[in-house]
Amino acid sequence: MFKGYSLLKYTIKRILQLIPILFAITFLSFAMMRLAGSDVVEQKMLNTGQVVTDAQLEAAKAQLGLDKPFLVQYITWLNDLLHGDMGVSFVSGMDVFDTFISKLPATLFLTVTSIVLTVIISIPLGIISAVYKNKFWDYFIRFFSFIGNSMPNFFVSLVLMYILGIKLRFFPIISREMSFESVAMPTITLAIAMSAKYLRQVRTTVLDELGKDYIMGAKARGVKFSTTLWKSVMRESLVTIITLLALSIGSLLGGTAIVESIFMWDGVGKMAVDAINMRDYPIIQAYVMWMAIIYVTVNLITDLSYRLLDPRIRLEGTDNE
Amino acid sequence: MSSVNRQVSVRQLKVKKCNTKCRLIVFATLAICLVAVAVFADRLCPYDPYAQDLSLSYQAPSAAHIMGTDAYGRDMFSRVIVGARASILSTLALVCIITLVGTAVGTISGFIGGKVDAIVMRVSDFFLAFPGLVFALAVAALLGGGVLNAIIALAVISWPKYARVARSQTLSVKVSSFVQAAVLAGDNPPQIIFRHILPNIFGPILVTAMLDIGTMTMELAGLSFLGLGAQPPIAEWGSMMSSGRSMLQTYPWVVLSPGIAIFISVVIFNLLGDTVRDYLDPK
Repeated sequence: MFKGYSLLKYTIKRILQLIPILFAITFLSFAMMRLAGSDVVEQKMLNTGQVVTDAQLEAAKAQLGLDKPFLVQYITWLNDLLHGDMGVSFVSGMDVFDTFISKLPATLFLTVTSIVLTVIISIPLGIISAVYKNKFWDYFIRFFSFIGNSMPNFFVSLVLMYILGIKLRFFPIISREMSFESVAMPTITLAIAMSAKYLRQVRTTVLDELGKDYIMGAKARGVKFSTTLWKSVMRESLVTIITLLALSIGSLLGGTAIVESIFMWDGVGKMAVDAINMRDYPIIQAYVMWMAIIYVTVNLITDLSYRLLDPRIRLEGTDNE
Repeated sequence: MSSVNRQVSVRQLKVKKCNTKCRLIVFATLAICLVAVAVFADRLCPYDPYAQDLSLSYQAPSAAHIMGTDAYGRDMFSRVIVGARASILSTLALVCIITLVGTAVGTISGFIGGKVDAIVMRVSDFFLAFPGLVFALAVAALLGGGVLNAIIALAVISWPKYARVARSQTLSVKVSSFVQAAVLAGDNPPQIIFRHILPNIFGPILVTAMLDIGTMTMELAGLSFLGLGAQPPIAEWGSMMSSGRSMLQTYPWVVLSPGIAIFISVVIFNLLGDTVRDYLDPK
């Protein structure tokens, strides 16, 4: 009963801590947009391709409320935001929030496939590497992990595109729709970098577990090593590994921008890169803000579920408060 | 079957340390060569990296142009060498900046403690709560293209990591008896920080910085690839790959040679980083 209570207290505390962060995120996104200054309005008018007079500029600024004090503008903007109104894109004239939501499923799909592939690659290889510590397979796997860690994802994308897309013609170079065939290359690209990173962490976690006394005990009692590995080591390591992966969802969501734009994958990352090139500030703002919010939320959920799964951390965490 | 042997003999430790030292010398030499190429790029490149000759456009790699030529007939090999300047030197500048700023902030905040420390840590929490690349994209988009702006964008998001390391190290050194003795002896805070704290926290910070060079090289090149770093015609690996990428099918060398240059540099820096860590923190 007491434990449950302290977890609840911790949860509430964390959610309360989230509020200033959310405010900071929205304020920063807003300030970013305004720092771009009157330039935004000029940009918007120039994008229409017309000749602009100073009077028209002033009128446009007044229409957008840019002549009011900064904080008033922020509060107006925040109010609109809470009603789901983030303005319209300078380029397409479409509603920003709708555009963002329409692109989000593609990015989520890519994120999920990449994480699944990362799990498929990094967990078995990490375990093999730990079990055969300092033997041939360990060095072999760690060599590839090192290589994977040293290649920027845009280089991996282009090499994959050249080999799998152009030379072997396995996959389409430009994705046309959301299908497993088009998601293959962006997924492989993202999974290579992530697997290289997580494989090492799986290895460390499993090695820690293998160093514990109960392994020796099981060995002494004549339990088969494979049984110990699957029944005990795996179960114990899984909590750590799942947490690491869940935490990577957040960074992955942000990291897809380059890969999406290379493979023309129509998600929020590509949307953001296009918007940056067009100086389409409302879209950039929406992207930064929503990505930050998703990231913070995912991290919070992971942290809480981690504590729920592992009572030791739950107690440590609350003792420290 | 795995048996975890936790006991390592003194001799084994010595052999390991010696091996690490050898590796350190080799990788440090390679890294210095790389930096030397970047510094003396002008004298090393066989052709003028900016001289255009349209009659020579998209030449395949040959004896005269070992990496071929690009759309404007510029020699790729010369451009890759000169590109080292924008890519490597700016990465080193970036890592120096974040190390100095992060260490200064972390050490001072850890040393003073109290409210200052709480505020600094909240601020760094806030930066760490952001997905790094998204924030860097936003800052770079706001500032516009340019190598300097890309460095600023990455510096803004990266310093908190160093501040954290420096702070936690400072906190552990601060309570040690020699610092207490210095306080009793009447040393003023700057003296204590420079003479007693900084020399003792230098190791972990150096390791963090060394391990970061490779990642930063890739992130800086990534920003340039997106058009947010170095601007054409400046030779920079990321932007060279980006400008050649539509020609991947027909003229792959335009994209692959700068890519391989990035890869090799990152490998060298990562090897050096890993070795420095092993050397300073043998396990």
